[in-house]
This record gives sequence, structure tokens and C-alpha cells, in this order.
Amino acid sequence: MANTYNLSHESLNSLFGALRKDGRRIMAPVEAGGRTELAEVETPAQVASDYLQTILSAKEVAFPKVERLLSYTIAPGQVDLKDTEPKAVPTVLFGVRPCEAKAFGALDAVFNWDYRDKFFNARIEQLAVIGLSCTKADEACFCTSVGGGPADATGSDILLTPKEGGYLAEVCTEKGAAILNLAPDLFKPGNGVDKAAITAKVEQAFDQPALTTKLPGIFESEVWTDQALRCIGCGACAFVCPTCVCFDIQEEADPKKGERLRCWDSCGFHLFTLHASGHNPREVQGARWRQRVYHKFSYYPERYDMLGCVGCGKCTRACPVDMNLKEHLIEAAGVKA
Amino acid sequence: MSEKNIYLPYLMRIAEITEESPAVKTFRLEFVDEIAAQSFDFKTGQFGLYSAFGEGESTFCIASSPTRKGYIECTFREVGRVTAALADKEVGDIVGFRGPYGNVFPLEDWKGKNLVFIAGGIALPPLRSVIWNCLDLRDWFQDITVVYGARSVKDLVYKRELKEWSERPDMKLVTTVDPGGETPDWQGKIGFIPPVVEQLGLAAENTVAIVCGPPIMIKLTLPVLEKLGFPPERIFTTLENRMKCGVGKCGRCNTGSSYVCKDGPVYTLAELNELPAEY
Repeated sequence: MANTYNLSHESLNSLFGALRKDGRRIMAPVEAGGRTELAEVETPAQVASDYLQTILSAKEVAFPKVERLLSYTIAPGQVDLKDTEPKAVPTVLFGVRPCEAKAFGALDAVFNWDYRDKFFNARIEQLAVIGLSCTKADEACFCTSVGGGPADATGSDILLTPKEGGYLAEVCTEKGAAILNLAPDLFKPGNGVDKAAITAKVEQAFDQPALTTKLPGIFESEVWTDQALRCIGCGACAFVCPTCVCFDIQEEADPKKGERLRCWDSCGFHLFTLHASGHNPREVQGARWRQRVYHKFSYYPERYDMLGCVGCGKCTRACPVDMNLKEHLIEAAGVKA
Repeated sequence: MSEKNIYLPYLMRIAEITEESPAVKTFRLEFVDEIAAQSFDFKTGQFGLYSAFGEGESTFCIASSPTRKGYIECTFREVGRVTAALADKEVGDIVGFRGPYGNVFPLEDWKGKNLVFIAGGIALPPLRSVIWNCLDLRDWFQDITVVYGARSVKDLVYKRELKEWSERPDMKLVTTVDPGGETPDWQGKIGFIPPVVEQLGLAAENTVAIVCGPPIMIKLTLPVLEKLGFPPERIFTTLENRMKCGVGKCGRCNTGSSYVCKDGPVYTLAELNELPAEY
């Protein structure tokens, strides 16, 4: 159970100072060039004051766009292989939205079922998340339809909810308590407030459990082809998604040395599943779009007992041809099985 | 951090190269590291990711039998960047191997049964592992039949072994090539695999069928087997979807919710019937 405190606006300066003194990098949403993205900050003044969502997601702090898995040198009849130790900098993710904080759980499910991925784990171990409840939402948001909410603490080590004079601070985990202990005087005893009254209203858009139950029966429905007709397979949805975990492994090498890299990938690409023979199990864009929806709403629940979507709406905002995940899920929920 | 890097391959030395057919080669690979050589074990049906350092990794089955210790073999056709780089390698060169991954053929369950292997073209390698495994445990099984077909005589792989199998009294080998693919001295059958299987008059009772081949061959062979009375639970195949990680993370080899790299590559037809045809 979370312990609840009050944190004043002014005390953030001291909190940031304490975190930095403890050797931690602070990543927070920063406004630059007309968009808000995560960047390293030193003071609270640098943090975007009134933002809805970053365009890119926070997953990159634990799962970079490109990372080295190993390296080697090549000589005639010989290869020297070198393991890579992931660079894990102690990091505090400050002010990310509850949906994004929750998304780390979906990444963890894939990286650590069965085989464990040391690259992801090294970064997660060094990561603490200070989430920030939403006081506004837009039409792409649907967190409340996928088990989340504008003030949901899941995935946050500390969740801040803006209120008169500062924040309600919920310290949810041991990592959160460790941050509190860096500057205990800043966290004043506070009573719970009605978070629902002071955070954004996001209407539930569809019945997700019913949709998940229905999906296996509507695999062959034309709805997937119809929805994907305008998809150009650019992969933007996957690249901005905080839960999209699918990756490619690529070689960067010359005749004498090389490294093996893990790079973000997208199920929207034709190449993603293309066989060496030329055969492709997901030959058309409709099949690839269906995979995207099923992976998040059918296979994730089946395999990991959770959803692969947090309803952040980033994919919808990023889509150049206006595919709207929320609207498409509402439509799918209405398809007759 | 003491966690293991799951993407780190074993280094393997190429001990032997066999030219199987145009653009198809078999490598015999031995572990560079003695400890790895001692501790490595796998079961038939499993696969791995093979590295050509400088170009990347490709997924192939382990084509040798686990009963043959001290090495593994893979057979591949040169089609892309990695396989082209592998094809350029010579005996003594180093390649990488990650594995073994995936599930296995349930040989224990097949004890006391007849086995029929049906393979087309470059799909014999995964079955070759099982065939040798079963031949090395010959007492476990009743009749063993292998039906193998290719487009033409030159496309048949493992020609040495085909000869050996054809001469063994404890098994039956039927080879066939597509019409027009025969040579003047061809001794085998001429025709596509499905009708050849149909003409063999196989008894489905107490028999397991293991089928692997190009999608069209599988598609046309399965109805023949069903007509002969094989229940879907006794028809096995092995899938080879595109993979990058082999360990259930990279997200592309799934057919429905089933990950070919973890839940497969070995499936019964009964299992496949429950999944969407994304393979």
C-alpha cells in the first residue's frame, strides 16, 4: 500500500538536487522545437509544465532504439567474441504519465518470461519512475478502457498528483521509499484526496475483457482488412508505442570487426515475417494490422495475463494516415462473432 | 550484473563441408570450447541460430542426430546475405551457434509404432535428425519408411545417406522426383509426393507420420494422410517461421499466440488445426 504525502512545488528543486547528489540522472519531458520529449534535466524549471504526452515513449530508457548485444574481431580461422555489459546509468524518470509507467510491466513480461534479458534488466534495476497523474486527456486517450487511469499508480515508484500548492505524493515501492529517504523532510504528512476529482476524465470507450474474449472468433473478419486499407506500413505506431517490444537483430561490421545490434522493429513491416523462400505468413497489411491488435489484446492476455496496451494513444497521434486505435477497437468490439 | 547474455553464440569450427545439391551445403560444426563441447546437449527437432560473423544470424534446424556426439550439423541453401557468407566458408573457419531452442519430437511416445517420414526438397534436413535418431534407437520402433522427393535428381540432398538407407534391410526408402526432373539412370519414382504416398498403401494403424516440406507439398499431402486414416494427433510437422532471437522475445515467429521458437517448431496437425494458418 502506498504511503501518502504532500510535496510542495518549491520542494521539487531540493528533490532534484538530492537525486543528482545521489548520482542519478533525471529524465523528464522537456519542450523543445515545438514538441515535448524526454531529455536529461537538472532543475524542475526545465521540465515541461503543461504537457499532454510526449510523442515518443519512455521505453527507450530501458530498451534503447539501438543497442549492442556483442562485438567481435575476425582473423583468418579465428573469431574473438566479446560480451557486452549494458550501460546502465542510475536514472529517475520524472513526470511521465501513468500509462507510460505502467508500460514497463508489459516490456518486462516479454523480456523475462523464460529466458531473461540482461540488457533490459540492467537498466530497469537502475531505474526509478516518478509518475505524474494527468489533469487533461485528448480523444486518443483510452487508459480507462485497458485497466489504467489518469491517476493509476501501477508502475510508478512514486506517483505525483497535482493539487493546490503542489502534489499529492504516493510512495508505492521500495525504490520510491529510497527516493523519499534522500530528502525525507520534503515529504510532508498528507491525507488522501479524491484523485478522481482533480485528475482528467477519460470515459471508458469499450469493454476490453469482452473484446479479448471475442478476438479469437473474429480472426477471419474483414474488419482487419478494412481498417488496414489505408495503412502504409510505416511502423510509426510501433516506434512511439511504450509497450511495443518486437526487435530486429542486425550486424554492423567490416571484414575485421563487427558488432551485433538490437534495433526496434515493427510487425507492420512486410520484411518482419518474410521467409527466405519468399513466402510470407503475413502477406498483406491487413494480416499485419491484425497481428498488432491480437498481440496486444489476445496473445498478451493469454501468455502473460496482462494487456500489451496501456491506452496512451501515442500510436493514434503519430499515425500519418489517421488510423485511430481506440476507434478501431470500438469497431472490433462491435463485430458480430 | 551476473546475468548471462542470451544472445551470445558458441564459437564453432567447421570440421567438414558437404556439397549436397546446387547451392545446398552441409556443415559439420565442432565446439571451439572444450567445456561447451562436453556440456552441450540437444534433442531431435530443436533448432539454432547460426552466425556468419560480419553478416548476421540465420535460423536452421540441427540436422544431425543427438545420438551422434561431439558435433552438430546444419544444412542450408544459399539464398540471402548470411547464407551466402556461410557458403563462402571453408573447413577450419569459425561460425557461431546459439541453441538448442524449441521443443522436440516425442520419440518416447512413438515407441512400438511404425514411422513414416515424408519430406520434400530442402525439408529433409529437419527430418534427417529424427530419422537417424530413430535408426540409432531401431529397437524402439516397428517399420520405418522414408518418402523423399525433390524437383529433380540434382536437388536431392544427402545422396550418400539416401544410398545407405536404400540398402538397409531394416527400413524402406522411397525416392521420387517431379516429372521431368529424372535422369536416364534414375531408379526411383517419378511423380509428386502426394500421389506417391497414396500409392504406397500405408497402413495408418499404429503409425505416426512426420511430414516436412514446402507449404504446397504439405497442403496436398495432409488430405492424403487423412484419407489413409491418420488422425491429426499422429501427424507431425516442424515449422520454420522467420526468427531473430529464438528465445521468445523478438516477436515475429508466432502463429496466433503460439511462438514457433518456444512452443514449436514441432507441432501435430491437431495443434496446427487450432491455430491460424500464419506459417
